[in-house]
Amino acid sequence: MKKLSLPLLRLSVAAIALNPLFVHSELLGYIGLQGRVYPTSAAEAEQGSETVSAVIAPEWFTQWNDGDDSFNIKAFYRYDSLDSERSHGDLREFYWQHVGPSWELSIGINRVFWGVTESQHLVDIINQTDFVESADGEDKLGQPMIHFASIQSWGVIDAFILPHFRPREFAGQDGRLRSIPATLNNQERYQSDKEDEHIDYALRWSHYLGDWNLGLSWFQGTSREPLYEVIINGSDFALAPYYPLIEQSGIDAQYISGDWLWKLEAIHRRGLGHSLAEDMNASTAGFEYTFTGINTRFWDLGVLLEYSYDSRSKAQAGAFQNDIFSGGRLSLNDIASTEILFGISQDLDDSDSRSAVIEASTRLGDTMRLITELYHFRSKQTADPLYSIRRDSYVELGLEYYF
Amino acid sequence: MSIRTQFIAPFVSALCLCTALLANGQEQNNTANSPEAIGLSIAKEMKARDRGWVDNSAEMEMVLHNGKRESRREMRVLSLEVADDGDKSMTIFDSPNDVKGTAFLSFTHTNAMDDQWLYLPALKRVKRIASKNKSGPFMGSEFAYEDLNSFEVEQYDYRWLRDETLDGQDCFVVESIPRDEYSGYSKQISWIDKTHYRALKIDFYDHKNTLLKTLTLSDYQLHLDKFWRPTKQSMLNHKNQRRTEVYLRNYQFGTGLDESDFTENSLKRAR
Repeated sequence: MKKLSLPLLRLSVAAIALNPLFVHSELLGYIGLQGRVYPTSAAEAEQGSETVSAVIAPEWFTQWNDGDDSFNIKAFYRYDSLDSERSHGDLREFYWQHVGPSWELSIGINRVFWGVTESQHLVDIINQTDFVESADGEDKLGQPMIHFASIQSWGVIDAFILPHFRPREFAGQDGRLRSIPATLNNQERYQSDKEDEHIDYALRWSHYLGDWNLGLSWFQGTSREPLYEVIINGSDFALAPYYPLIEQSGIDAQYISGDWLWKLEAIHRRGLGHSLAEDMNASTAGFEYTFTGINTRFWDLGVLLEYSYDSRSKAQAGAFQNDIFSGGRLSLNDIASTEILFGISQDLDDSDSRSAVIEASTRLGDTMRLITELYHFRSKQTADPLYSIRRDSYVELGLEYYF
Repeated sequence: MSIRTQFIAPFVSALCLCTALLANGQEQNNTANSPEAIGLSIAKEMKARDRGWVDNSAEMEMVLHNGKRESRREMRVLSLEVADDGDKSMTIFDSPNDVKGTAFLSFTHTNAMDDQWLYLPALKRVKRIASKNKSGPFMGSEFAYEDLNSFEVEQYDYRWLRDETLDGQDCFVVESIPRDEYSGYSKQISWIDKTHYRALKIDFYDHKNTLLKTLTLSDYQLHLDKFWRPTKQSMLNHKNQRRTEVYLRNYQFGTGLDESDFTENSLKRAR
């Protein structure tokens, strides 16, 4: 752990509070190396079968004014030997934050997470997904924003002004896990004349009351999820993303009872103006239950079951139009914090449409983690969004060093 | 598909690793000289002597001895005393590096399940945690979560066993039986010094009533002329012979922490 704090190497938060001029800064982050193999031959000839990639994700922050002011930077770069489009960098965070007695103001590039479910994140709309980074969609691109939060006894109000839109990045011709035909980068179209300069707005109220967590959210602006248009690119067909203007309202709720967590997320989205986007509803609901101390070594097993519904047709709805996700998390509670995550998502209308994942990780020494990941995709119908990646099941082995 | 949430196990307020010795004496044992009544009065005195600290912060280092290898965990713990309920605490992890920035918020309750939240910095996500898991190991150590719990009322039934000298100090020896059915212990035997009512040693028994672990608390320091805190605690597991030491350093009292420092928002910005 490299520390740049001045003037002492390590001080408690309390000591910072006692010294108004105290500036506390730290550098941290990780670097990683991954090898990935796709055992099945590719759907298109130019797509490769193995890749080596390297990642660096440094983070730096500094706090001053009793810790009420902070400046935060988090950068990210990945090099990928197979797909030049997957070699990409992003400024995940670059923001100043001021904390008042019952409010917070953040200005700059940041990431914001909303929601409670695990299999997909319907209400989480502030940030664009980093589509080339991982198959699970958990990685997000940094979003420029002005974010004001008011923290009251009746809940937290978050208000956002989002002045710049981040389009999705798509895997290149050589890459796997892409549409067929490929989706082109830098060919995106927008409903708004202002294109990626359209100013979006969002509001959220969230509250915690005993065993309940509740959130209501509203967003107006450019949809993070594009529609796809078929275009002619030279002599070939290609897809180009089209970003409509939408309004989206969302609710997320969670109830905790003993070892049970009950979860619900639901959204209503409607197109604005002459939008090409059809109005839609979608929801994910389910539970998580943890079996603790399942053996003499005190392993824990959390199990998860979530059902997802989407009112759109299968081709538009993505992988969650009528699907069950079941999964688990096995924690060995050992010194190396070994854990294994696994899950399977099954389409209830089409027994041949499913995806599955196993991810295991363990600490080596004090600063490294060894991670292995196995994804399996199966699909037989051309209308299925999984169809284009049906031959892209893969196994990955990675090593990460944390500093 | 996205269950990629790192799951750092939950963790509770760690400043007072003393036995929870408060209990309501049972009706039939309510005579002043019954072992139960004596035990209760010892517990009440112990609790009374630890009231009024308001808030504090400390740095915590855990050293895990696993055969030849040593492994370290570092964290900072902020605590707030709450009148008529359990304490609030926030734990911010500094090492190992892969969990750095992870933070844990806990509201302990005397008469209800605790409320617990975990902040996962990689996803900038706060997760609510089910709080029944008390007997599992904390961060791979020989400490269970319940060993790190703050000292709360009505969690045990107990009994004074005898007086005994331990390392030259006159002690009460008290048995406490957890009321929580999810506790990993059938009973705890505590040695409490008669002068300052500090726990010096605790034996933990498993559900088969065999001796599972022994905690030794030492290097007590006096803060604000009133509050004794052990600088070193050593937990020995008799079944696997592994040992974990906990060092608490740089105690600060009256740091000006208040309710607003123990919210989901403050958890997200904990550094």
